[in-house]
Amino acid sequence: MRKAVNDINRCVACGVCCKECPRQAIEIYKGCYALVDTGVCVGCGICEKACPAGSITVSDTEEGR
Amino acid sequence: MKNKTGKKRHWYDYLWIWSIIYFSLGFFNILFAWLGMIDFILPLIFAIVGGNKWFCNNMCGRGQLFWLLGRNLKCSRKKPAPKWLSSKWFRYGFLAFFMTMFGTMIFQTYLVFSGANSLRKVVKLFWTFKVPWEWAYNGSIFPDWVAQFGYGFYSLMLTSTLIGLIVMVLYKERTWCSFCPMGTMTQGICKLKNK
Repeated sequence: MRKAVNDINRCVACGVCCKECPRQAIEIYKGCYALVDTGVCVGCGICEKACPAGSITVSDTEEGR
Repeated sequence: MKNKTGKKRHWYDYLWIWSIIYFSLGFFNILFAWLGMIDFILPLIFAIVGGNKWFCNNMCGRGQLFWLLGRNLKCSRKKPAPKWLSSKWFRYGFLAFFMTMFGTMIFQTYLVFSGANSLRKVVKLFWTFKVPWEWAYNGSIFPDWVAQFGYGFYSLMLTSTLIGLIVMVLYKERTWCSFCPMGTMTQGICKLKNK
């Protein structure tokens, strides 16, 4: 299943991804990084296009079926 | 009213207007530059008290303006920025550089306060180019150092916005956010608080 995956070491927690997500699947966790709810994410890639740090990418995840 | 992602629009979704008003006011009277302190203090209060980046995430007028110009008005190439631009060493390095320049500006204000220097009615762009800006101040009830701080602070705000606009055109809409000194500082505070 393709889901948004965030590299929390690169993430700048700007919140553009949360704002753009059409499913409200992303939140900024305690001002530190973007946290993707993989149960809600449909892997559309809108966040990836918006992310200025290139930290959020859509890729195949093993756990999401 | 709802936006295209179906989320309700709030009053703070229109704060990009504030960015424009801020620079317009400072063009006519440099004392208005002091209002920019709100954009310095509010994010820090959110980070220190709330442990969050709610300001960056919802209220940053500059970020909203870059999004509006870059995405809605198609002024951005939307290309990924070079990796080093959002790397930790560059982000903290830029923060250190910015704080040094802020300190220099405070020192310039002190020199006017102490009487060692006289008020210079110029806006300094990119910490280098002096632009005459004498129309924006013709004396007030305040001492000269208040206006000197205004000129310094306005220069800082204008320079950082110009850098943001350049990276907006070249790369992603909100590339500025990836190395914004306020963003780096507030994220750093949040990370320390959540250790």
